[in-house]
Amino acid sequence: MVDDADLLADRVWRRHNPREQLIRYGVMLVTLMLVVWAVRDIDIFWPWVWDAPNQISSLGGRMWPPDPSRLGEIVNAMIETVHIATLATLLTVFIALPVSYIAAQNTTPNRACLWLGRFILVSSRSVNTIIWALLFVAIFGPGVLAGILAIMFRSVGFIGKLMGEAIEEIDRRPVEAMEATGASKAKVIAYAVVPQVMPAFFAIVILRWDINIRESTVLGLVGAGGIGVILQGSIDTFAWQTVATILIAIIALVLIGEAITGLLRRKAL
Amino acid sequence: MMQADSSGAPSPRTWRKPPFIANPVLRYGLLAVVVFYLVWAFATLPFNWERISEGLPRAARIFGGGFPPNFSRFDLLLTGFTESLQIALLATLLGVLLSIPFAVMAARNIAPLPVYLLGRAVIIVSRSFHPVIVAILFVAAVGFGPLAGILTLTLYSIGFVGKLLAEEIEEIDWGQVEAMRATGAGYLATLYYAVFPQILPRQVGLSMYQLDSNLRASAVVGIVGAGGIGSTLMNAFGRYDYDFAFAILLVIIAVILVSEGVSGWVRKKIW
Amino acid sequence: MLEISNLIKRYGHDEPVLKGLDLSVEDNSVVAIVGASGAGKSTMLRCINRLVEPTSGSIKLNGSEIVTLRHRDLRRARRKIGMIFQGFNLIDRLTVMENVLSGRLGYVSLFQAITRRYPAADIERAFKLMERVGIAQYANKRADELSGGERQRVGVVRALMQEPEVLLADEPTASLDPRTSEQIMVLLQSLASELSLPVLINIHNVAQARAYTDRIVGLRHGTMIFDGTPADFDKQALDAIYGGIESPEDETATPLGGPESADREARHDAS
Repeated sequence: MVDDADLLADRVWRRHNPREQLIRYGVMLVTLMLVVWAVRDIDIFWPWVWDAPNQISSLGGRMWPPDPSRLGEIVNAMIETVHIATLATLLTVFIALPVSYIAAQNTTPNRACLWLGRFILVSSRSVNTIIWALLFVAIFGPGVLAGILAIMFRSVGFIGKLMGEAIEEIDRRPVEAMEATGASKAKVIAYAVVPQVMPAFFAIVILRWDINIRESTVLGLVGAGGIGVILQGSIDTFAWQTVATILIAIIALVLIGEAITGLLRRKAL
Repeated sequence: MMQADSSGAPSPRTWRKPPFIANPVLRYGLLAVVVFYLVWAFATLPFNWERISEGLPRAARIFGGGFPPNFSRFDLLLTGFTESLQIALLATLLGVLLSIPFAVMAARNIAPLPVYLLGRAVIIVSRSFHPVIVAILFVAAVGFGPLAGILTLTLYSIGFVGKLLAEEIEEIDWGQVEAMRATGAGYLATLYYAVFPQILPRQVGLSMYQLDSNLRASAVVGIVGAGGIGSTLMNAFGRYDYDFAFAILLVIIAVILVSEGVSGWVRKKIW
Repeated sequence: MLEISNLIKRYGHDEPVLKGLDLSVEDNSVVAIVGASGAGKSTMLRCINRLVEPTSGSIKLNGSEIVTLRHRDLRRARRKIGMIFQGFNLIDRLTVMENVLSGRLGYVSLFQAITRRYPAADIERAFKLMERVGIAQYANKRADELSGGERQRVGVVRALMQEPEVLLADEPTASLDPRTSEQIMVLLQSLASELSLPVLINIHNVAQARAYTDRIVGLRHGTMIFDGTPADFDKQALDAIYGGIESPEDETATPLGGPESADREARHDAS
């Protein structure tokens, strides 16, 4: 019997060899166990889950038709949202560039600056915009300043990290040539580094502006200005038809933002 | 232009760097637009300077109250994180599975036009909304707690993974599809044998990436009540428990760094 | 007049790349430095303008010591040493004129450098030199739009803009086709006599070295083993310089201080 089975096994076609098979089963088993644990352990009242589709469609029903009566106010808040994203992106540049300069291995003045730069980038990137907003609302009170600062503090890490990588990837040879002319460090940077990272810089800033438009739509939910303030207000007062209008406006804004960034990318690069 | 007359040289030539934008109307026009925009934006934004001027003492109070971070309620922290992890895990699983049909719908080369438009619309809508907005709506619909979080992040994953996957499907090697059709295979069999094997390796990598970003996002959607560590953080903040809030923040940062590392490592192994 | 005496360069604790070189070059003479890859040619040249730090020894340009200079004084000394590179080392995204004017960076202020407001005399000089080498019509073209030979001319003009007292050329023709590289060699030769400059050229191509220079210096393993006129440079000298290390396998297998590692170290030192 056993021998027979062995013989048979030799001829059986398999997609994977036994070792791969074992790893695959292992990964699947672990995943399955994690899922079972998550489903059993999570703090969910299951009857609500089965009821969720009803609840969601009922909410959708209450949103229909969208109520355009506060459209003027919504458009103004949208403009505010765009201002927050744009100004924050612009201001970020002034902070992110020096940080990327000290956080890039080939331009940093010394080890201490390198680690300071990396620390700034990591802490900026690890805290989400909305958490930054929470902090700044607590400090400066509700309003656009908290929103601008929140977007800035998150964007510094993003732009700084990508710019730092762009600086690290430059061609060393023009740098050598500029050093050979007797140029000082600042001049070497102005001539050999800046022109090389320019295209990356525009691409990164445009990309971040696009992301910031989306991010700034939620700032208002914690009181940091923009369309989110009206959205939160409408939800709190169960004005679902106004909520629907706001959601449509947000989609429109995001799509317009995407169109503009697409255009800028084609024109500028 | 200063024309320092160097000795003997017949009228020294001048040179200016050619402007970035050659057309002067466009150049100065753009400059004017930018200046006008900045003035307009700063002038119309409602800054509450009175409140802002109180900022520094408040910041001092918050940071003074926040340091040293207080880890004494570690069990609460752990519960919050466990829930965040569960939300991220389930949402990734559901999102990645559901993203497959939506990606098939949104791939122009294998979906009929009306289906394609529907698939694209779903993906565009779920990508346009920040997860926090989706979360606040789900909280309104199904109540506070992790269920809203799972639904939110599932939708978020469908949007992200679905879009990339649809692009992947649009770029597959069409020869394999034709080969399958030539054997007389039906639509589903073609999908299963000719399309999915081509996109599967990418899908596994994407899932790991999505798990990482869902874990990050799960910390955030909690702020509007969708469960997980975000809710714990929001409560601590609301109760001016700044030392506990900073403890949570530090742990969030640590977890995000670890998760980024692990996800990057796994993706490197797979590819 | 350039005088090098007992120049030693060693990286870490390895075998020295340069083992006590002595060399003096009169004004108005073109010296070819030949030797196999890794013989120390490039390191020697870069020691002269201190892109590579010499370990010990003395380098005097018109009587003033270069090896001990620091910071500002070093930069002032570098202004007097023009360098031409194998890979041209132009700034691709800037115009030809900006590349040429960058040779004046050691003279102008930072403000002038950034705003490109160079003194009229510099611009006049730039035009004259560009006309001399035949690239004046490209002044406002981007450097990466030019052909290899034209790019090297830009490199030559950039070096001449420094009003150098010595010209160093590191394999100036190695990236060019045979005809263009002969043109560049003729150019360097005639510039040396026009401007009465000492010119040091690292060169692989022995035929070109013989045809266009007044003196040939042969290096092997960091030691000078030949110094004489092209007429003296016979088969025996050639064998002494390249003997046993001519074949490509050996070239790639050249141990520490081989071309790549020397180059990498040079970059490392210069940063």
